[in-house]
Amino acid sequence: MATKIHVLVGTRKGAFILDGDDSRESWTLRGPFCEAWPINHVVADKSGTIYAGGGNEWFGPAVWKSGDLGKTWSHSSEGLAYAEGETPIKSVWSLAPNGSGLYAGVEPAGLFRSDDDGVTWSHIDGLQKHPSRAQWMPGGGGLILHHIVPHPDDKNQIWVAISTAGVFYTSDGGATWQPRNKGVRCDYLPEDQRYPEFGQCVHSMAMAAGKPDRIYQQNHCGMYRSDDGGESWKSIEAGLPSTFGFPSVAHPRCPDTLFLIPLNGDILGRFVPDGKAAVWRTRDGGKSWEDLRQGLPQENVYFGVLRQSMATDPLEPAGIYFGSNTGSLYASANEGETWACIAEHLPTITSVETLIDER
Amino acid sequence: MALASQSAASPDAVPTVAVVLTAALIRLFAGCEARQRISARTVGEMLDALDRQWPGMRDRLRDSTPAIRRHISVFVDGRRAGLETPLTEGAKVYVLTAMSGG
Repeated sequence: MATKIHVLVGTRKGAFILDGDDSRESWTLRGPFCEAWPINHVVADKSGTIYAGGGNEWFGPAVWKSGDLGKTWSHSSEGLAYAEGETPIKSVWSLAPNGSGLYAGVEPAGLFRSDDDGVTWSHIDGLQKHPSRAQWMPGGGGLILHHIVPHPDDKNQIWVAISTAGVFYTSDGGATWQPRNKGVRCDYLPEDQRYPEFGQCVHSMAMAAGKPDRIYQQNHCGMYRSDDGGESWKSIEAGLPSTFGFPSVAHPRCPDTLFLIPLNGDILGRFVPDGKAAVWRTRDGGKSWEDLRQGLPQENVYFGVLRQSMATDPLEPAGIYFGSNTGSLYASANEGETWACIAEHLPTITSVETLIDER
Repeated sequence: MALASQSAASPDAVPTVAVVLTAALIRLFAGCEARQRISARTVGEMLDALDRQWPGMRDRLRDSTPAIRRHISVFVDGRRAGLETPLTEGAKVYVLTAMSGG
């Protein structure tokens, strides 16, 4: 059986796919797909079907779908709407296969589910009914539900990340939700109000492999780890060059290994620190960190990496991939030890995921 | 579809209009052509009729408010229209993308 790897890239002007060779050294770029719509997230399910979520200023939100690795695409938004009179959905921000269903997070923040592979959608309105809903405030990217983390063994347990409402959790398939932000600070609030129940500016979440109770979080205000399913969070930012960044990616097999890309803070351009690109890795759950730079540009680098723009592959050793907001895509086939630029001059990269095709 | 002549149309007849769809829209629906003849009493009904022929097209042009999407312009005989705008026999309807850049 042949194994082929593809990197799925969302950008502000369409989706792209990179096809890799066996060594993960040579890559071929295809795209732009999805009529060059702004695409916020591209994922694949276990069957290899690719879904791309986004929204077009003219034509609104939709989920695009390709069953042939990007050769042909269709799109749908049937049912992907709030009730009449409510603020219309602007865009799809995150996608996550879960069991037999497919979940979509949208702007303004809400969660939808499809049980027919993205043809029709239904609103999981329990999240909207949470008593805190009226107080959710949009962040710089809007009021967006940008991460969906399903429990690997229990489809009724889901964590979602909303900017800037924080992390919410359901154990009943979405009927009811609880905020899960204890220990996560809000540096942008008065000193005596910095640990609210909700309102945190979460930027990304990643579940540890084989340890569903362990979740890592990159926040606007620090990096965190939870070992109790998000009920409480502890800072793991000591040893990192800043407390600010967007993506966080867990190793596909080692629950103690996490990859982050700290930026230089929220008021100084949100670039990689000192104009030098680095991915930071912990192998002990965040107790210590090492910077991985070999092959990454180390002079005059003024890019950032957005919240969904880093991913791993499940191969051995694990591959790591990240895309910059200046349209460069970097890959490591050895867990971050060495890097190569595998695409450049793309539009602003909004998401990176991988697909292993064993057909 | 049989077209009623203007002179023969009764007050209750459903008017048939000539619709021109923007190129960015028809690219989303394989086989769709820019010029359509649609029978409908209002712009909203016209979108319903287009959606029956090209499933999903209404979602591309109308949001859940419900209203014509903010960056879509519909003109009926040269005048900007909304979902409730009535259509008359032989009217010319343009469905256009508004200027939106970046």
